Amino acid sequence: MDLNTILQVLDSTVRLATPLLLACLAGLFSERSGIIDIGLEGKMLIAAFFSAAIAAMVSTAETWQLFGMELTWLKDLMPAVIWGMFAGILAALFLSGLHGLASITFRGNQLISGVALNFLASGITVLIAQVWFRQGGRTPSLISGGRFEEITLPLAETLRPVPLLGPIYADLISGHSILVYVGLLMVPLTWWVLFRTRYGLRLRAVGEAPEAVDTAGVSVTGLRYSSLVITGVLCGLAGAYLATGLQAGFVREMTAGRGYIALAALIFAKWRPWYALGACLLFGFLQAVALRYQNIDLGAFTVPVQFMDALPYVLTVVILAGFVGKAIPPRAGGEPYVKER
Amino acid sequence: MDRMPAWADAVLVPLFSIVLAAILSAGVILAIGENPVEAFRLMVDGALMRSSGWGYTLYYTTNFIFTGLCVAVAFHARMFNIGGEGQAMIGGLGVALVCLFIPWPHWSIALVFATLAAGAFGAAWAWIPAYLQAKRGSHIVITTIMFNFIAAAVLNYVLVNVLRPAGAQDPATARFPEAVHLPTFQDMFSTAETAMFRGSPANVTFFIAILACVAVWLLIWRTRLGYEIRAFGHSETAVRYAGISPVRITVLAMLISGGLAGLMAINTTMGEAERLVMNATEGAGFIGIAVALMGRSHPVGVFLAALLFGFLYQGGAELALWTNIPRELITVIQALVILFTGALDNMVRMPLERVFLAFRKEGAR
Repeated sequence: MDLNTILQVLDSTVRLATPLLLACLAGLFSERSGIIDIGLEGKMLIAAFFSAAIAAMVSTAETWQLFGMELTWLKDLMPAVIWGMFAGILAALFLSGLHGLASITFRGNQLISGVALNFLASGITVLIAQVWFRQGGRTPSLISGGRFEEITLPLAETLRPVPLLGPIYADLISGHSILVYVGLLMVPLTWWVLFRTRYGLRLRAVGEAPEAVDTAGVSVTGLRYSSLVITGVLCGLAGAYLATGLQAGFVREMTAGRGYIALAALIFAKWRPWYALGACLLFGFLQAVALRYQNIDLGAFTVPVQFMDALPYVLTVVILAGFVGKAIPPRAGGEPYVKER
Repeated sequence: MDRMPAWADAVLVPLFSIVLAAILSAGVILAIGENPVEAFRLMVDGALMRSSGWGYTLYYTTNFIFTGLCVAVAFHARMFNIGGEGQAMIGGLGVALVCLFIPWPHWSIALVFATLAAGAFGAAWAWIPAYLQAKRGSHIVITTIMFNFIAAAVLNYVLVNVLRPAGAQDPATARFPEAVHLPTFQDMFSTAETAMFRGSPANVTFFIAILACVAVWLLIWRTRLGYEIRAFGHSETAVRYAGISPVRITVLAMLISGGLAGLMAINTTMGEAERLVMNATEGAGFIGIAVALMGRSHPVGVFLAALLFGFLYQGGAELALWTNIPRELITVIQALVILFTGALDNMVRMPLERVFLAFRKEGAR
């Protein structure tokens, strides 16, 4: 295996890890505030659809008119892909709001709400895609302007001849779309918000002992809703990256279980941001390897591709079982908060 | 205590939830630019007005009864088994092994053993999450989700690398021998002159599903184990104080739950496809969640809810055939039902309760 192959696998690791990372951090905010979210998958999916759909519509529309008003200048304000991204974020926020309504306001079962939202996203995306585009539940393929372009970092080509470090910089670090870098920057940002700000302290407290936060005069409901807003935005970015960065358009069920892998990564990372980066890179690496090699021949025996597919889940179960470092979730997770008894 | 009567809680809350889901779905159909009344008429026509439509409706119903009971039994022990899908997949593996490798003289004997195998394989797949929940405190929801994906990978591996006949392209086993062909409703109810249930997949497994409903009712309300399961669901500390082992109850409840999910595979694998294919479960494991929630975890409720979803599934297929409404509309309805009956049930219950209490005060005056 030469350097080039390794770099290619690592490059696709970074690409594949990005949606996982964004979704994983989204789940981190929600679960740290005591709201279990198995609806990450659905939020990503609906964001993926709306970002691709809106990007496709904006990039093909010549002019914009609303009630006879000329709004073409508004359209030209942002590239199509950015319009798409905001649409995706809005869609994910809508589901996040529903989740909040069910699990905070009406004190319903958070797990069931998450399951319901996943189905809602899975059904409604194909439904709307079919009605809008009539292409069997997909959006048209996005042309340039409808996708996030790859960014070449400064001096990438100049430094390429440098042995080892040159290709690493030019191929691995440079040449990703902006959301990859956003995702990576989110890790220290999340850490800083959670562990170095007053808001983060309260957020963590509300996930461990909401009654204490309430006694201190801080709104449990407000904190939890605010964390769900962050979750919605991050899931929106994850979905937008999937449909308009990683791929060029939406296809049905395109998240393909990534929301659940992100959930697994979250547990694997024990609800901590830097660990989340590691877990997502690991799971992204597994996906990249499974994508590139069907069966891995180790001489004595071959590792089937299905084993690579199942590995993230197996690892998570092992971690959950507590045989290798126990994963302890936030204590108030899943419990609706009732103010007085 | 000011509460509304139990019957209202058991009947009115699910009923209102369905009505809400139906109104929203009608809105969706309107937004697509189709006529909801016409759509409903098409669904009734396709699912209930012909015997072949009933054949499909009851086929789906059979699946949903099993997965609904699976979720319901776990609910009684206050556990949420999302793993029905994976347990049914592995149950299918059990059915396939029994049907492929043992030369059965008659379908009835094969059915008995296939049932045992399906239940055993499904239960085995639920055992690890159950054990981890009971002994290590790993959250059963997360582990069963993970086990769904692991099951898919296992099945994929087995079908591609082990059980696929030489030269075949698609990942599926060989066809089961003719001797294990289960009688379909067409075989059973057609007379010489009129063919009933023509070409539809409903088969003898439907009666096993009804038996399973009765068995679950007996188990939950007429046996010591059922009592222990319900007690465990109400209060783990009380159960522990009474000298019942929480580990034992957790594991047993999940084994029964997983076994019921596994039984679904008789219907899909032995009854319909007559070979094991990759996506035999078609999401029925997840529909079980909606069915159990709507049926309030009671076998009678589960049966009725399964019938409703069987109708929706067959009707949805008809809709997709004749109109521009894709099948995914049914997924949306399913999501709304889960949302209203499972997560937003307080939203439905609170106003209802207020109405009831208002009436009661009037009466007291």
